[in-house]
Amino acid sequence: MTSLPKDPPKKKLGLVIDLDICVGCHACAVNCKEWNSGGHSAPMTDTDPYGADPTGVWFNRIHSFEVENKQTGGRTVNFPKSCLHCEDAPCVTVCPTGASYKREEDGIVLVNADHCIGCKLCSWACPYGAREYDEDAGIMKKCTLCVDKIYNPNLPEESRVPACVSTCPVGARSFGDLGDPESDVSQLVASRGGYDLMPEQECRPTNKYLPPRPKRQGGETQSAPELMPVTDSSAGVIARWVDKFLSA
Amino acid sequence: MTDGTAARDTRADTSPVVSDEVKFTTCYMCACRCGIKVHLKDNQVRYIEGNPDHPVNKGVLCAKGSAGIMQQNSPAKLRKPLLRVGERGEGKFREIEWEEALELAAGWLKDARADDPSKLAFFTGRDQSQSFTGWWAKQYGTRNFAAHGGFCSVNMAAAGLYSIGGSFWEFGEPDWDLTKYFMMFGVAEDHDSNPIKIGLGKLKTREDAKFVSVNPIRSGYSSIADEWVGITPGTDGLFVMAIIHELLRAEKIDWEYLKRYTNAAWLVIQAEGEAEHGLFARNTTGTPLVATAAGKLLPLSDRKADPVLVGSYTLPSGQTAVPAFQLMASRYLDAGYAPEAVAEKTGIKAETIRRIAAEIADAAFAQEITLDIPWTDWAGRRQEKMTGRPVSMHAMRGISAHSNGFHTCRAIHLLQMLIGTIDVPGGFRHKPPFPKPCPPGPFPAGQETKANTPLDGMPLGFPKGPEDLLVDDAGNPKRIDKAYSWEYPLAAHGLMHSVIHNAWAGDPQEIDVLFMYMSNMGWNSAMNVPDTIRYLTDKKPDGSYKIPKFIYSDAYHSETVAFADLVLPDTTYLERWDCISLLDRPISSAHAAGDAIRQPVLALDRDVRPFQDVMLDLGVRLSLPGFVTEDGAALYPGGYADYMVHHERSPDIGPLAGWRGTDGSGQGRGAQNPAQLDAYIANGCFWEKKFTPEQSYYKFANKSYLEEAVHMGWLAMPGPVVMEIYSETMQKFRLAAQGFGDRQPPDHLRGRVAAFFDPLPLWYAPFADEDIDKGAGFPLHAVTQRPMHMYHSWGSQNAWLRQITARNPMFLHVDLAKEKGIKDGDWIWISSPHGRVKAQAKLMRGVNPNTIWTWNAIGKRKGAWNLKDDAPEATKGFLLNHIIGELLPPREDGYRYSNSDPVTGQAAWYDLRVAIEKCASDEFGETEPMFPAQGSADLVAPPAMLRYGADLKGEKSLREPVAMKEWIGNRKENAEKYGGIEPGHGNQTPDRHKKEKE
Repeated sequence: MTSLPKDPPKKKLGLVIDLDICVGCHACAVNCKEWNSGGHSAPMTDTDPYGADPTGVWFNRIHSFEVENKQTGGRTVNFPKSCLHCEDAPCVTVCPTGASYKREEDGIVLVNADHCIGCKLCSWACPYGAREYDEDAGIMKKCTLCVDKIYNPNLPEESRVPACVSTCPVGARSFGDLGDPESDVSQLVASRGGYDLMPEQECRPTNKYLPPRPKRQGGETQSAPELMPVTDSSAGVIARWVDKFLSA
Repeated sequence: MTDGTAARDTRADTSPVVSDEVKFTTCYMCACRCGIKVHLKDNQVRYIEGNPDHPVNKGVLCAKGSAGIMQQNSPAKLRKPLLRVGERGEGKFREIEWEEALELAAGWLKDARADDPSKLAFFTGRDQSQSFTGWWAKQYGTRNFAAHGGFCSVNMAAAGLYSIGGSFWEFGEPDWDLTKYFMMFGVAEDHDSNPIKIGLGKLKTREDAKFVSVNPIRSGYSSIADEWVGITPGTDGLFVMAIIHELLRAEKIDWEYLKRYTNAAWLVIQAEGEAEHGLFARNTTGTPLVATAAGKLLPLSDRKADPVLVGSYTLPSGQTAVPAFQLMASRYLDAGYAPEAVAEKTGIKAETIRRIAAEIADAAFAQEITLDIPWTDWAGRRQEKMTGRPVSMHAMRGISAHSNGFHTCRAIHLLQMLIGTIDVPGGFRHKPPFPKPCPPGPFPAGQETKANTPLDGMPLGFPKGPEDLLVDDAGNPKRIDKAYSWEYPLAAHGLMHSVIHNAWAGDPQEIDVLFMYMSNMGWNSAMNVPDTIRYLTDKKPDGSYKIPKFIYSDAYHSETVAFADLVLPDTTYLERWDCISLLDRPISSAHAAGDAIRQPVLALDRDVRPFQDVMLDLGVRLSLPGFVTEDGAALYPGGYADYMVHHERSPDIGPLAGWRGTDGSGQGRGAQNPAQLDAYIANGCFWEKKFTPEQSYYKFANKSYLEEAVHMGWLAMPGPVVMEIYSETMQKFRLAAQGFGDRQPPDHLRGRVAAFFDPLPLWYAPFADEDIDKGAGFPLHAVTQRPMHMYHSWGSQNAWLRQITARNPMFLHVDLAKEKGIKDGDWIWISSPHGRVKAQAKLMRGVNPNTIWTWNAIGKRKGAWNLKDDAPEATKGFLLNHIIGELLPPREDGYRYSNSDPVTGQAAWYDLRVAIEKCASDEFGETEPMFPAQGSADLVAPPAMLRYGADLKGEKSLREPVAMKEWIGNRKENAEKYGGIEPGHGNQTPDRHKKEKE
């Protein structure tokens, strides 16, 4: 068992993911994979990469599925999922060696590879399935919120954000301090009704999801004045134009 | 309890040294041409990210671009030139040296050129150097050249260029910042990828616009649409015409725009049965005539003319003429285009069509926007404001790949012209070098070819009438692909999909050398794969191949490699120079002209050469004019980079527009600058020249823009580009088919040309439907999409991307599945008139109930791409291509047309009609047809475990960590919408870099 920080971190770095505009393109997942391939948890091992069952370590995965609703009709939802850096992270408290821990300074949940024994208790404890076991290395890996990128003075300022955020083509991903109610990301969450994933699990996730907006201009209901034909017959339309435009 | 706090802070290194070096270049994982920053360590790629300053992607990067590391690391990379030693298709090769390979190729090419240069068929694929490869073909002297546009997008290009002087995708874009109503037609995810995603994110975040997706499938972009219209494939034209019907009936049209900027007012001669019927009435100097409200006929050039759009007039000749607008309106006002009349065919309820028409009208007219930007039109008339009608449209593959795609695309442009939304604020905007006159010049060259002699012009062009067709005296095609013949007169991109069949059949000519580049024509780029393989391997009675010699250049061990006699291995995109040129397919946006380069960011580790260097080398070996000096030495000894800087297409205009002139200050025009590439590299490998606000809209009639365009060499004259609601060019072909004029089609084609060369947009059922509806029993439509993480890319052997998609099911509606007794995961047979293919079913709801679909180009042939034989791509992935005919069924006289649009020759691979049935249980397990495994070239062994990056982990640096920065996606739009979010700092704010630099 590992303890969470005695004083809950004031700073809560996390992601805000906009389900209204995510098109399910996997850009975030792949850019995450390439950054982290040489990053804190390197490598992101791939097993059988050119064979029958290619599987590898991914910190971020996209699920696309359909939701049916009798009233509002169906919709296709694209849902990216990675570690939510929970305040009450069960993956930390379950860890027998102290390898899993939550950083005091920003709340990021990390795995110390030197102490991980690959027992997988954390992956059983995480209700979101956000942990990634590296079979080859025999240790657990997970989203680091690009801890080796966001503070890194060796990178230009615009690169100092999680890889999944800066690469997202639709701008569906935001990053910041969700512990500060005045921060831009907190304001965004408040104004858009951002929500916790599976709050009943009582993990108090830091990451937030923004729900799809109501359909603009009525979606499939009438939202513009009906068009009124100027005359009843089609031939009448042209005759009317001749009257209207020709003076002779 | 373990106290996890001890020594915690030292565990994670927050400031590792990331790379030795960062180099800028241009992505080539698909066709978008995004700017990238490549972090390098030990001559390996550590990380690729988007270039925040780049006009195309503005810092973002898609899944493909981010997977570039695995493209570079692919074990399928070719390593050395290969000479075939087995039979074609076996994939048995001997590695040879470049000198031997190039001498061999040059020998074959030299012999063909000395006989008749058209004996070479040179077809490149997703080639971004077509102004170079086309010029090579010209200097060699063959008319048989094209790239892959014939099966990709020629319907979109041609319909746009013959209607509005520009086109969707490469030459235009929606005004994402101002549009209020955005309609996307058909599968469009792949053209273009990041700019559309960036735009949709902004548009939806603004919350004042509606996004309507007209697409049989509710996935990808359609999944975030405010409204999804699940149309029946191939009926988009009818849907659009019904909208036009509604707008005309309600008079919701922009009269002034039509009068000023289109040919709506031009008088059309009405003299059925006479040679002038349907042509524009002109005065003695050839200027089109218009009528005034008082009934007076004036030449268009008369400044006093305020033309009317209706009425009937008698010309001096005694003939009657009416404005083009009236012909157009009469057609679409017909009850046959009423929403009720098209509802069943399109699968869209009449009230939905009526509502969408009303919403378009409301957005265009009730929500008109005005920008306080004075501008002056081409005739010198000053306008105080810019009026915008904020409705914009985008269309691509879903429209393009049907046999009625040209006319459907033209109908979409007609709709945009009617409501006055082309290149206005909030509308669909042109990207330079467009707009150009409809059609742009020049016409296709190659009426005659002569031994050892260049063509008199570029092989691809735009016919203005029958006189520009490449046909013999009997009206038969001259080109191997029959482009620019009476069968496919406006085939502006050629018909690459017909080349292999026609070369095999010797119809219309036999060829000697087939030379292809970067297009998998032996597999996923071919319609009818089984027969294509037969054509490539078939022999004459004497034992020689029917297609005598086949040279292929590719960077990877693709399926097509196995059929080549000689393989010229190309580099990856990170190992080469390239130019993305204004002469070709530049990176311009609506508010700026731009071009870009690729530079080699990695040193070569194997014996391969960039294709363009090889073509320059072959040009020297063949002593082609333009490639050698008078004494026979290479004119561009430094290879393609040398050409990029020193080649001139006309004086002072070359492949790159930026930093020209001896001091590098020239833009567009200027002397060669030896330091030009250094300047590009210093600027992140791209050049951009922004337009002034005054030049940014109404480019087709905007004096300031038009003068700029002339200076840049995009236009010959600063005159207006008149948009064509009525196409006289089309009518000229129709008149020929009716017996008028010197250039006459063969009798058997008269009916076809007369029917499809309608000067106004036309809807007809896709050709496949026509046969099906005669009762052949194929009730369903079948189409494909590329997954967003793979589309328009040519290497799905990528170790990361194949973990996302390595097999493709056949998606079908749950109701259809129920009717057929099919459950999720069952294997099913999909049959077409052409054959059948076996796949696994996947049920869904968000699909047109009469349409089934799958991901394209996931299926791989066993043995290809250095994948193991049991890879799911080979066992469970399949190609719908196997059951798409490349020819239509025989006519009564036995002749078979290409399965293509009759106007442009665009491959009609979305016309496919099929039937499905559940497989017997003993047929479950593997896809069919299954082709024998192709032999593998001498490639590196693929690893069983990939630990890429294990040796790239950054060293600890002594530098102190810095404060993190917040990032808001769509910051500008969110800041405008919600209080509490700061504008003007953070990322994706347009003026971020400007501010930082100040």
